[in-house]
Amino acid sequence: MTFAPLTTVTSRTLVLPLENIDTDQIMPAKFLSMTTKAGLGEHVFANLRYDAKGNLTDHELNSEDGKACEILVAGHNFGCGSSREHAPWGLTDYGFRVVISSEIADIFRGNSLKNGLLPIVIDKRAHQWLLDNPGADVTVDLDSCEVRLPRNGGTYKFDVDAFSRHCLMEGVDEMGYLQNQDDAIAAYEIER
Amino acid sequence: MPKTLFDKVWERHIVVPETEAHPATFYIDLHLIHEVTSPQAFTVLRERGLKVRRPDRTLATIDHSTPTKVNPDGSRPYVTAQAETQVETLLANAAEHGIETHGWESDNRGIVHVMGPELGATQPGMTIVCGDSHTSTHGAFGAIAFGIGTTQVGHVLANQSILMRKPKTMAINVNGQLAEGVTPKDVILAIIAKIGIGGGTGYALEYRGNVFEEMSMDGRMTVCNMSIEAGARCGMIAPDETTFSYLKDRKFTPENYDAACADWASLATDEGSVFDKEVHIAAEDIRPMVTYGTHPGMGMAIDAVIPAAVDATDESALDYMQLKAGAKIAGTPVDKVFIGSCTNSRMEDLRAAASIFKGRKVASNVTAIVVPGSVLVKARAEDEGLDKVFIAAGAEWREAGCSMCLGMNGDIGAPGDLVVSTSNRNFMGRQGPGVRTVLASPETAAASAIAGVITDPRKMESAA
Repeated sequence: MTFAPLTTVTSRTLVLPLENIDTDQIMPAKFLSMTTKAGLGEHVFANLRYDAKGNLTDHELNSEDGKACEILVAGHNFGCGSSREHAPWGLTDYGFRVVISSEIADIFRGNSLKNGLLPIVIDKRAHQWLLDNPGADVTVDLDSCEVRLPRNGGTYKFDVDAFSRHCLMEGVDEMGYLQNQDDAIAAYEIER
Repeated sequence: MPKTLFDKVWERHIVVPETEAHPATFYIDLHLIHEVTSPQAFTVLRERGLKVRRPDRTLATIDHSTPTKVNPDGSRPYVTAQAETQVETLLANAAEHGIETHGWESDNRGIVHVMGPELGATQPGMTIVCGDSHTSTHGAFGAIAFGIGTTQVGHVLANQSILMRKPKTMAINVNGQLAEGVTPKDVILAIIAKIGIGGGTGYALEYRGNVFEEMSMDGRMTVCNMSIEAGARCGMIAPDETTFSYLKDRKFTPENYDAACADWASLATDEGSVFDKEVHIAAEDIRPMVTYGTHPGMGMAIDAVIPAAVDATDESALDYMQLKAGAKIAGTPVDKVFIGSCTNSRMEDLRAAASIFKGRKVASNVTAIVVPGSVLVKARAEDEGLDKVFIAAGAEWREAGCSMCLGMNGDIGAPGDLVVSTSNRNFMGRQGPGVRTVLASPETAAASAIAGVITDPRKMESAA
């Protein structure tokens, strides 16, 4: 349930430029019937990575370079659709720690933050630069909330909820925090 | 200060208010669970030695991985052994934690968003969550209802609360007179086409105006169900007499019903309330809708021509759909028709489809399946003889479940098939690899099944 703390990530980017990549694309429904989380990285973006016969395609996601990428850059409105947490489970199991887009869907964003995957909605200009420069070596600094682009691409600030930032940087999940509010929850249940 | 419906329900459920440093602790009245998004959450409870805090506020059913056929010997043809294990795991977890479960033997088993309202478990003013993005359906009753991930399913099981910041509010105003033959599905597809697939991201929607006031509960559920397809986690409609008469005499109906209704009536948005955003749509402008692309925002009037692609994403969508900009969409050959899903599998939907099927035959090139939303819907439809209408027309009449909406149970199309579907998502490959999905109302789906091509149901009716 817990994940490695996240402070700074420096990595090549893997770019999927299409807009509206939904969670069915990230993790097709036929992989949702498992009752554990293990091994979902094998199935992430299955429709891009495997042909109709189940053989690996030559998509970048299947290359050694691709597998080393910790930063995914995607087209506008990434993660729309279903609430399946199997999508961020698959992305983190594959090796991603950061997803950058110009818009990220609400449920997916929340699910990612709970699994050590940092979703970043960035300025349109920076987003375009990232789309135009696949494979760039980018640094994401959660302490200063900055994305630093190479080759004079510039430095851009991003917003992240203070509480989520704390949880990511410390590698803690929210269950403990909620457990500590047991008295307040009990009082609410009596008073209402 | 005047308050919106959302504000009023939100404020009633704050355990600890939000600050800059942390989100609000938000109380959940009703937690619906199913087999797909709960097993890993129960595992966390077990690992941490936690109990389900309020089994009395939790309801379980099985819907996504369940077969919609029964073998001649009474056994169920699960798509994989893993799917069966998943269903068995839900039943075992729910039994272990004392959660009311509507499994195979229950007359109330069904798609979780059909079941909740049928039981009267869904009520105005409530907060309702489920590990399923179409939980927005329950907003039709004036509840704040939204989908959550499995981590939060665990939070709610253990604490009956989640951490959440307050979203912005958006009013979707649809006023005027809907044209003959325009259904709730057409209304919501037109709304999503207008605001876009990400237009509601960060917002809670409230559907306002005489069009929603005059809509039945089944219609309101169809509308609220697809709020998430515009990016909004929840969409609500103020409770009124239509709501109160629907909820009367159901299993979970409150005892002092008049008092409950009086309280619920007070939830409506106050005059003079300010929304963060307002959208206005004239009812007269809405025509029967279909989608032509690979997300629900790519919707068009059925009698229009396919819009030109504006970018590479649009182009790849048209490529995938094998459709050409500038061509009419009506007349496109159809391979399969699916009538069902949490969007359109209730009595009104089935009656509407049956009114088109009656006395006609499904085209020889088309396979049509009708999947009721619940065991109760199935029984009621059979009482009304709708099953006989579907079967006589050559459509299949199945057992209740999510079925071909997402195809988890193996109900999928073949590569390249064009499926006219009353479900909610036309994403690439959702109904099977290479399957092309066209979203439509039950009327349009039925008319297209009969004609064998995408067909405006208004023409079908006049031809009869």
